[in-house]
Amino acid sequence: MREYLEKNYLNEETTIKSWLFTVDHKRIGLMYLFAIMFFFAVGGFLALMMRLELLTPAGGDILDKNTYNVFYTLHGAIMIFMFIIPSVPAAMGNIIMPIMLGTKDVAFPRLNLASWYVYVVGSSIGIFSIISGGVDTGWTFYTPYSSSTDTAVISMTFAVLVLGFSSIFTGINFIVTIHKMRAPGITWFSMPLFVWSLYATALIQILATPVIAVTMLLLIMERTFQVGIFDPAMGGDPVLFQHFFWFYSHPAVYIMILPGMGIISELISTFSKKKIFGYTYIAASTMAIALFGFLVWGHHMFTSQSEFAALIFSIITYLTALPSGVKIFNWLATLYKAKISYEAPMLYAINFLLLFAIGGLTGIFLGTLSVDIMLHDTYFVVAHFHYVMMGGTVIAFLGGLHYWWPKIWGRMYSEKWARISAILIFFGFNLTFIPQFIMGSLGMPRRYWQYDGLVNTDIFHFYHQLSTLGSWFIAVSFIIMLVYLVHSIKYGKVAGSNPWGALTLEWQTPSPAPAHNFLEEPKITHGPYDYDKVEVERTID
Amino acid sequence: MFLNATEQTTWLPQQASTIASEVDALFYFIYYWTLIFLGIVAFCVFYFGWKYRSSNNNSKAPKSASHNTPLEIAWTVIPFILVMIVFFWGAGSYMKMNVIPYGAMEINVKAQKWAWNFKYKEGFSNPRDLVVPVNTPIKLIMESQDVLHSFYVPEFRVKMDIIPNRYMMTWFEATKIGEYDLLCTEYCGASHSEMNGKVIVKSQEDYEDWLEKVNVIDESIPLVEVGETAYEKHACNTCHSIDGSSMIGPSFKGIWNTIAEHVSTEDKLIDENYIRESILYPQKHIVKGYENGNMPSYKGLIRDREIEGLIEYIKSLK
Repeated sequence: MREYLEKNYLNEETTIKSWLFTVDHKRIGLMYLFAIMFFFAVGGFLALMMRLELLTPAGGDILDKNTYNVFYTLHGAIMIFMFIIPSVPAAMGNIIMPIMLGTKDVAFPRLNLASWYVYVVGSSIGIFSIISGGVDTGWTFYTPYSSSTDTAVISMTFAVLVLGFSSIFTGINFIVTIHKMRAPGITWFSMPLFVWSLYATALIQILATPVIAVTMLLLIMERTFQVGIFDPAMGGDPVLFQHFFWFYSHPAVYIMILPGMGIISELISTFSKKKIFGYTYIAASTMAIALFGFLVWGHHMFTSQSEFAALIFSIITYLTALPSGVKIFNWLATLYKAKISYEAPMLYAINFLLLFAIGGLTGIFLGTLSVDIMLHDTYFVVAHFHYVMMGGTVIAFLGGLHYWWPKIWGRMYSEKWARISAILIFFGFNLTFIPQFIMGSLGMPRRYWQYDGLVNTDIFHFYHQLSTLGSWFIAVSFIIMLVYLVHSIKYGKVAGSNPWGALTLEWQTPSPAPAHNFLEEPKITHGPYDYDKVEVERTID
Repeated sequence: MFLNATEQTTWLPQQASTIASEVDALFYFIYYWTLIFLGIVAFCVFYFGWKYRSSNNNSKAPKSASHNTPLEIAWTVIPFILVMIVFFWGAGSYMKMNVIPYGAMEINVKAQKWAWNFKYKEGFSNPRDLVVPVNTPIKLIMESQDVLHSFYVPEFRVKMDIIPNRYMMTWFEATKIGEYDLLCTEYCGASHSEMNGKVIVKSQEDYEDWLEKVNVIDESIPLVEVGETAYEKHACNTCHSIDGSSMIGPSFKGIWNTIAEHVSTEDKLIDENYIRESILYPQKHIVKGYENGNMPSYKGLIRDREIEGLIEYIKSLK
């Protein structure tokens, strides 16, 4: 179908009420998309300001030290809790996953809507905390600093607690949907790999998130009622907080990266016109990461826990690294003897392969006990984390956004500008973060507002300048992206049902999809990646 | 080649402790394997990407294998062997970092917002700078007065978090005479990035000289200069300005002989006794507007002559 479906989920009803009370997963996903993009912009602005401050070694160029500390805390908290965690599952997954499974909606549409409202409430509490002075503890909220600082810790931790519920709601919904709502003919091992990744993510969401909720509650109790849990001044133990915090926050890293990996599997297969290599191994590695991810939290604490605990956490960390390697090799093998075309989503997939490989490999340095001692809490960790989270998850998210954008709006963006922006992000990103690896291994500590008067100040200064320059390349490419994406909603070419010639079910319904996803019951005649058996025509030229 | 280089390289600071060369060797081992794997990924992406590019969007790829079990096993087992080598190597050097040699020279470390202080067994303490003899194992017994801090000397490859309410131990043996940065690497509040000191490694002779001199009070230095030095060494400058600007604590400028307004105690004239008391028992009177300052006590960490010096220094700041 080449035409634009005139009566679709976007315009079937147009009142504001029809959006606010919708139970359509596509509309809820779209509302999530707008909300997270807003917070992405806020978090990005904070990062740009920090990078400007670090342009010179002396502190106080544009931010005073308290403001700097608040900015880096909010950058982390906003990007993680309000942007990355909901980005792929709650926004992209919500819109696409039920259509991929050939179903009308998620299992609990009202719970889905509730999850969006809980997210909005949680984020509003977060905004309230920003207005009332912000938080200066770092997104890790380490005690006893967080139980003694006079900034708005309670409201921010409460926001994290509330946001956790939103995440759990989405998780429950997805698990039940994937178990119970698959269209007849879709078996566990003929599901698209994106669905597998959402399934593993949902498991982590419902099993790990309660721990952060309890931790935040204990921290709030400690601050409010002076109960000694984490603060040694009241008889508590600060390391206990670190254990609790990372027991959630390490699995949370997999909540963030796994769905991104799922998107990459879709992109690589579609744009290679080839069956994904090692489907079972990719699905199994997804589950293995989800499982092992629970057992490695202690690798964040090599400098504060006992040597023997550190040994065990180090070895399990390596076991967790292997399935990620398996995925990368399978994706590379998919490219072999394929028919590769390079539209913007595929450029993002290529970006992902290179950036995530760097992110993963630098993780080996940090998993190694004696090397981590040197690198812990330096810019090396900052760079590693951004390679995995931004080079990995955010790049995959952008790939998914460009891939499914025609499905969401029924129209194409400017392919030329999309390619320019994708390439620009790649260069900007590396320019920003490669210098941070070098600075870090040379001993530049993270969370530093100034770095004047050190032995290596001149070298750090040089690398910080490169890094700040790179951050503006990234900013410019996001501005370009914003312009062409918004422009395309109204003026883009009509995409048709299947602009990429892909085989998964969401491409067998018109774009934008009708309110109940399909005009007629979808028929499952082939697997999601059977490019060797079926030929599909693209609905654009 | 690089393994013997004790000077700073592009990636790593100079090696100035016994453990550094071992850590660096492992760093470079991982580094080169990283480059190899990155090379493989980049090669596949660009070579396959070029060779199998297609302008015909609608054509199918020729049929080829969609899985290969020996291949899957190979790319699981080979990385597994490599990471196990790295694990045991890393664990070995980590244990060396953690097993403190018997008979090491002990120095107590006090960390507080935002100052370092080193207590020597000879019965004196030295603020900000850790002075040690070369080629001698040094055991640090560290404690924090308030929040988490972390002791980090890049050139020694040593780092240890300091957790309040317990002693944290680490050790190092410096191999090169010189001055190195001592950095706090666990975020500890507003002036975290200013919580720096130096590790000064001296030859055995110079160290003994220093030990003798550090305890002798040099009466020839004017008190106001003693105060100026103490103001920086004890990190007063991280909270109190001398130019009248308000920081975490009140500025020292022009406060001499004025009345300090307090939160819950009576207002007081700022005189010699007031300054002495504020240094030793800072929580006794809290100046209005600085309720959250939380200044730690300097009792036992500061000498009388330094207090006298600070009094003169504050007098001089008009």
